[in-house]
Amino acid sequence: MSPTVEIAFTLNGVVTRVRTSATMTTLEMLRDQLGLTGAKYGCGEGECGACTIVVDGATVNSCLMFAVDCNERVVTTIEGISATPLGEAIKDAFTANGAVQCGFCTPGLVVQASHVLERHSQTHGSGHVGHEEIKRGIEGNLCRCTGYRKIIEAIAAVDVDAT
Amino acid sequence: MGPLQKTRADAAARSSDTLIGTRIPKKDAPQKASGRTRYIDDINVPGQLYGKILRSGQVHAKIRSIDVSAARALPGVHAVITAADVPWQRPIGVAKDHLPLKPDRVRSPRDEVAAVAADSEDIAEAALKLIRVDYEPLPPVTDARAALKPDAPLLHGDDLVWTGPDGRAEVVHAASRDNVAMTFKYAQGDIARAEADSAAVVEDVFQLHYVTHCCMGVSGVIAEFDASDNLLLYSNTQVPFLHKREFAEMLGIDPGRVRIIQPPIGGGFGSKLDIYPFEPIAIFLARATGRPVKLIFTREEEFLASPTRQPVLLKLRSGCSADGALTFRAVETLHDNGAYTSWGATTPFVMMQTISSLYRVPSCDYQTLAVYTNNPYSGSFRGYGNLQATFAVEAHMDKLAEAIGMDPLEFRLKNAQDPGETTPQGMNFKSCGFKECLRIAAERSDYQQKRRAYRQQWNDSSILKRGVGMASMLHVGGGAKIYPSDGCGTILKMDDFAHLTLITGASEIGQGSETVLAMLVCEELGLPLSSVSVVNSDTDITPWDVGVHASRTTFIAGNSAIGAARKAKTKILTAAAGKLDMEIAALDLQGGYVIARATGERLLELSRLIRSLHFSDKAELVMTTYYYEPPSQHQDKEFKGDVSAAYAWGTQVVEIEVDTQTGIVRLLKVTAAHDVGRVLNRLGIEGQVEGGVVMGQGYALTENLIVENGVIRNPNFRDYKLVTAPEIPEMDISFIESVDGEGPQGAKGVGEAPAICVAAAVGNAIYNATGVRMYGLPFTPENVYRALHGQAKPVTWDIGA
Ligand code: FES
Ligand code: FES
Repeated sequence: MSPTVEIAFTLNGVVTRVRTSATMTTLEMLRDQLGLTGAKYGCGEGECGACTIVVDGATVNSCLMFAVDCNERVVTTIEGISATPLGEAIKDAFTANGAVQCGFCTPGLVVQASHVLERHSQTHGSGHVGHEEIKRGIEGNLCRCTGYRKIIEAIAAVDVDAT
Repeated sequence: MGPLQKTRADAAARSSDTLIGTRIPKKDAPQKASGRTRYIDDINVPGQLYGKILRSGQVHAKIRSIDVSAARALPGVHAVITAADVPWQRPIGVAKDHLPLKPDRVRSPRDEVAAVAADSEDIAEAALKLIRVDYEPLPPVTDARAALKPDAPLLHGDDLVWTGPDGRAEVVHAASRDNVAMTFKYAQGDIARAEADSAAVVEDVFQLHYVTHCCMGVSGVIAEFDASDNLLLYSNTQVPFLHKREFAEMLGIDPGRVRIIQPPIGGGFGSKLDIYPFEPIAIFLARATGRPVKLIFTREEEFLASPTRQPVLLKLRSGCSADGALTFRAVETLHDNGAYTSWGATTPFVMMQTISSLYRVPSCDYQTLAVYTNNPYSGSFRGYGNLQATFAVEAHMDKLAEAIGMDPLEFRLKNAQDPGETTPQGMNFKSCGFKECLRIAAERSDYQQKRRAYRQQWNDSSILKRGVGMASMLHVGGGAKIYPSDGCGTILKMDDFAHLTLITGASEIGQGSETVLAMLVCEELGLPLSSVSVVNSDTDITPWDVGVHASRTTFIAGNSAIGAARKAKTKILTAAAGKLDMEIAALDLQGGYVIARATGERLLELSRLIRSLHFSDKAELVMTTYYYEPPSQHQDKEFKGDVSAAYAWGTQVVEIEVDTQTGIVRLLKVTAAHDVGRVLNRLGIEGQVEGGVVMGQGYALTENLIVENGVIRNPNFRDYKLVTAPEIPEMDISFIESVDGEGPQGAKGVGEAPAICVAAAVGNAIYNATGVRMYGLPFTPENVYRALHGQAKPVTWDIGA
C-alpha cells in the first residue's frame, strides 16, 4: 500500500485534518474518505467536470488533483457552495429553469456556475452574466441530458448582487 | 389564424388553475442541484466488498487455461471467480447467446473472463493483474460483410448447452452456421409493378456509424444476499420487473425472492434495457463471498463494455410518380450484430415503421440481416434504429423531389400521413399533426426561401456556405406492445392529512416522469403538487411495469396514475356526498377541499373528511389501485399490427454553415415542430426536446466510436467528442397539440422523438449548401472535407449473396 500523509486544509469553512494516501485523488478523498459525495466521478481524466470543486478561488477537476495537494489550501465543494446564498440562488435558478434532468452533471455545473458568477461580479461589478460568457465558463462540463440551453438560461437568471 | 397561433390561443383559453401545460420544476431538482442525491456510486453498504472484472483484451481467442492462484493468495482478496466456478450460469441477453463469464472462448476484447471481490478497489485491481490467462488466437471477423462469406469463421457455430443441477442438458442457443443472428422481412404491395410505374427511381447505400450512450453516471450495481438467500440488487436498470425474473432464473430461485432497488440514475437513454454481464457477475461474487459486492465501471470500461447504437449498412431504393406521389421503397440492411445479441439487432421493428408508414408508400419491401462479428455489440439507444432509417428515407425525399423538379416541402406534404389513416403495416393514426409539423417548421425557419437562396452559392467562391435541410419522423408515442403486457400499475394512498403517496411501477431516469405523474393525479384530485410524494424505485413495493422504453412512460404510467386517481376521487366524493347529504355529481375536489361543483363553495376540508372515514366504526382508508393496458396490438408474424396506442410526429429544419476549406460544419439553428398530443409539463418537455436535439447533433457531427479490427480506439471523452455548451445551436421549438383521445390529458410520448431527425436534416443541409450529398455519418471535418474534395470512400453494398 502507498504511504500516507497527514494534511490539514479548510474544507467548506472548517479546518480539516486527514491522513490520506499519497496516490489518492482529491475526488477519492472527498467521496470515499470524507463522505462528501456531491462531487461525482464521471471520467477521472479531467474531461467531464462532474467532479468540479473550488480550490483557493479557482475551479479544479478534483479527479486530477492529488489529495495531498489540498494541504493548507481552501477547498469548497458543492456541499459548501449550496449552503451559501449564492449556492441557494443557483439551486433555485436551476430548479426553476428546468436545468436538471438526471442531475449527475449538476453539482459540477453548480460549482462552475458559482465561479462564473463570482468572477463576473468581481470583474464587472454587478448584474447578470451573458450567454456567451456562460457558455465559455461551462465549456468543460459535459451534460448528456439537457442540451445545455436550460443550464445557460438558469445561470443567466441569477443576479449575483442580489445574493 | 395559422395553426401555431391557434394552438397558442387554445392553450391560453384553458382555465388558469390547471397545471396542464404550465412550467413545473422537477420535484427532484433541488436535491440534485445541491449534490445530495445519492446515485449508485454514492451508496455504500456496510460490509461491502469491491468487485472488478478481468476482460479478455482479445478480439477472438480460445481460452487455453486460466490461473487465478496468485490472485487468490493476495491479502484482502475474498473471491476470484471464473466460468468454472459458476457452471450453473445461464446465458443472458435478447437471444440468450451470451454467458456472463466466458468458459472457453472470447469473442471480443470486452469479454469477461474472471472477476474479483476484495476489500478495496485497489486490491481488486491488483488481483486482476495477477490472473494469468493463456489464449490461443482465433481468426477474427470484424466486418459484417466478411462474416457472411462462406469460409468466414463462425462466431456461434456450436449449440450453447446449459446443464442444470439435475444434470439435464438443454440447448439454450442453437448454433448459427452462417453467422446470421437474426433476420427480418416485411413486405406490402407489389414492388415490381410500382417501380415500373415510377417516373423517378433513386438508389443509394448509406452507412451509419457506432456511437454510444455516454451516460454521465457510469454503470454500477450492488448485489447482496440476506441470510435466507434472498437477493437484493441496487441497480440502474430501466426494466426492473423483467430483470427480476431473469435474475431469478439465472439463480434458480423464485422471482419473489429478488428485490431490485433503483437509486437515481445518471442517465439511461436505453442503455439499461438489457442485462449485461457485470450484473450477474456481481451477484456471483456476492454469493461466493456471502458479502455485499459493489461493482462500478471506470469511464474507460463504460466505453469498452457498454452497448452502442446499432451500426447499419442500408441500401434504399425509392420511387415516385411524376406528380410526386411515392410509389415504393425497397430496403435491405446489414446490421453488425457484434459478438452477442442485444436489442440493437431488433431495431428493424422501428426501422420498418419509418420505411412503410412515415409517408404513404403503397409498396414496400424491408429486409434485415443481423450478423455476428467480433465487434462491440449494440443495444437500444434513444430512437431505436429510427435515426438510421430516417437518415436514409429523408435523403431520398429530397432526392426524389429534385428528380421530378418539385419543392421538397410540397413533396413531403403530398405524401404525409393524415389523421385517421391506417397504413398497410397496420398502424392507425388516431391523432396526427404531421402536416402541421411540416408547415410550421418550414414557416418558422423560412425554409423554402432560404433553400432556394443557398443553392445559388454552389458555384461561387465563398468559403463559408450556408444550407438548410429538413427531416421528419414518426415514432411510437403510446407505448409499444412488444411484451405480453405493455401496462403499468399504480397504487395511490391518501393519508390522514390528505397527503398522497403515488406508488408507480414507472421508473424515473431523469426524464421527469415523477413530476408529470404527480401533476396528473393532482389535476384529478384538485391538490397542490406539494401534497404528493412519488415512490417508484423498489420492486417490493411498486406494482408491475414493463419498463422505461419506447417513449412510453408519460402515456402508459400517466394513464395508469389517472385511473387510480379517478377511483380515489369517486371514493372520496361518495363519502362526502353521504356526509353532506348531496348528490355526488354536485361535488368536486379543489385546493384540498370538497367543493360545490356549481358555485365552487368549499364544503368540507379534505383532510378532515379522510380522518373521519378512517377513525370511524366502519373504518376505511383511501387507497386505490389501477392497471392500465393500452389498446394496442401485438404485431403478427409479418410485422403487421397497430403496435402503439398513439404515434408521435415531428419535423426539424436545421440551418448550418459549412467551412469548405476545413470541412467544419457548424449547426446554427434547429427549428423543431413536434406533435406531442398535448403539453403536460412545458418545462419538462422543452428539456426533453432540447436534450434530444443536442444528442442528435452529436450523432450527426461530433460523436464517433472508432472500432478498428474489433478494438475500440477512443474510449475516453478526449477522443470521443460530446457536444459542449458553446457548440449548441439556437433552438426554436413548437409543440403541435393534436390532443390524442387515448393519451393522458391528450398527451403522447416524446422522449425519443427529438433526437431522430437532426442527422438526416444536416445531411440535406450539407447538400443544400454545397451540392455534395454525403451517405455516411458522422459529418466530422475530415469526412466532410473528403466529400467536398471528391475523396470520400464510396459506400458500397457488396455483400455478395
Ligand atoms: S471526473 Fe473529473 S473531470 Fe470527469
Ligand atoms: S442532467 Fe444528466 S448529465 Fe446533465
